[in-house]
Amino acid sequence: MKLIFRYRYLLLRRLLQISLLFLFFGGNAFGWNVLKGNFSSARLFSTIPLSDPYAVVQIMATGFMVATDALIGAAIILLLYGLVFGRMFCSWVCPMNMITDSAIFINKKLQLNNHYILPRNIRYGILILGIILSFFLSTPAFEAISPVSTLHRGIIFGMGGGWAIIAVVFLFDLALLRNGWCGHLCPIGASYALIGKFALIKIRHDSEKCTDCGKCFEVCPEHQVLNIINIKSGIISSSECTNCSRCIEVCDDKALKISLGNSMIRKK
Amino acid sequence: MSTRRDLIKKMIKGTVAAGGGGLLWGAAITEIRAEDITLRPPGALDTESFQKACIRCGQCVEACPYDTLLLATVSDNKGIGTPYFEPRSIPCYMCTDYPCTDACPSGALDLKNLSGEDHIPSINNAKIGLAVIHRESCIAYWGIQCDACYRACPLMDSAIVLEYESNIQTGKHANIKPVVNSDICTGCGICEHTCVVEKSAIHILPRELAMGEVGNHYIKSWDENDELRINKKTDKSEDKDDDIESTIDYLNDTNDLFVE
Repeated sequence: MKLIFRYRYLLLRRLLQISLLFLFFGGNAFGWNVLKGNFSSARLFSTIPLSDPYAVVQIMATGFMVATDALIGAAIILLLYGLVFGRMFCSWVCPMNMITDSAIFINKKLQLNNHYILPRNIRYGILILGIILSFFLSTPAFEAISPVSTLHRGIIFGMGGGWAIIAVVFLFDLALLRNGWCGHLCPIGASYALIGKFALIKIRHDSEKCTDCGKCFEVCPEHQVLNIINIKSGIISSSECTNCSRCIEVCDDKALKISLGNSMIRKK
Repeated sequence: MSTRRDLIKKMIKGTVAAGGGGLLWGAAITEIRAEDITLRPPGALDTESFQKACIRCGQCVEACPYDTLLLATVSDNKGIGTPYFEPRSIPCYMCTDYPCTDACPSGALDLKNLSGEDHIPSINNAKIGLAVIHRESCIAYWGIQCDACYRACPLMDSAIVLEYESNIQTGKHANIKPVVNSDICTGCGICEHTCVVEKSAIHILPRELAMGEVGNHYIKSWDENDELRINKKTDKSEDKDDDIESTIDYLNDTNDLFVE
């Protein structure tokens, strides 16, 4: 029971990630009407469209005026994550999170030290490059090669040779760079970091309780966002934080918690 | 180290990384483009626009009640994550309510492409591809009686018609040969699925591949409407020769031939 409590957010995240995949899988295999499609574009209860905003932007960049369904879907996702959830797609929804987390788990267990360094901002470059290439190649450039789409599409519709792309991401994260994919390269994650700038749900830090043990830095996949730890109280304002809440679980001092309220509300 | 030097270094590094990465990325995408012979669901845009528009969500695949549509995996060479079908295994059964076209959220499958002049969508307006017959492996062309494709066709006696020809081998019988009418054929592929020979003698090709194009410089003199094109001369851009008299009269013009 104590163990469950210790990993309460992690378990909730895995539960959500797996049940969403399961609902999508059932939508294809058994004709369930809860979620149809995949994480690129879907339909909830056969009515509400949902679309990945970055995929829609890429389609628009090719010069094709995307149909209203996908546009509305992207708007719903934008509002949902932009107003409420922030970058929670990455750690609570995206199935690639399970692959990269397991790579990091093994990496830490085997104490493989990463000798490679990449700037974390490179993902914004890839985000923009994807849009530019979509324009020049007349096809959604990132969608054509996306390991994330390959993974969820593979699970829902059949993997084919897609496992190779996923293996590359896994091995890259395992041997070359911790959080290499999710924390450095993935443009979808970058898009949600931009979208979630002013979202409601943020992690709040209480520096008076903090004993500077450093455990949160150890588990955080985006540890650059923890710049206020033991310095001042307040919310983790960087939207590169995925609200995965691992830091809350490992904190023995109760110095971190999930809070509602973005920077604007805090000023009151 | 001056900051300006750092900045320039950074800029060069960034440009090289973006340029190199972009080239590699672009090369990869060009490499994994869908094969030209890929057949898309009914209502699909032309190859180029479809490539742009498909969001690769697979909702059309899920909507298909016959499991005709497949979602291309990395190893299929049909454009990763895009829908396609192979009529020899499962053809398109031409649902009258076109659930796949209807399911598309991005507009890559568009009901407009199933709508005729009356703007009412009908699956019979689908132009998925065109059936092409390989006569040498079609036993009906041999003289053996087979009208499997003709009878399987959902637009029987319209998309595929039978032509009768006396069989000179026996002198008594008829060759009953299936012929595809390209104006009507939807490319559903039920003929290809049904064909009785080992490797289908009739197969669906994308229309761009299967069809020729005459161009503007041939005019059917026996077609009144077509002949009007001479007078209208609508396509001025292609025919730059405005001196029609000399064009028509060129056979009588011997000036150049008999110069001493």
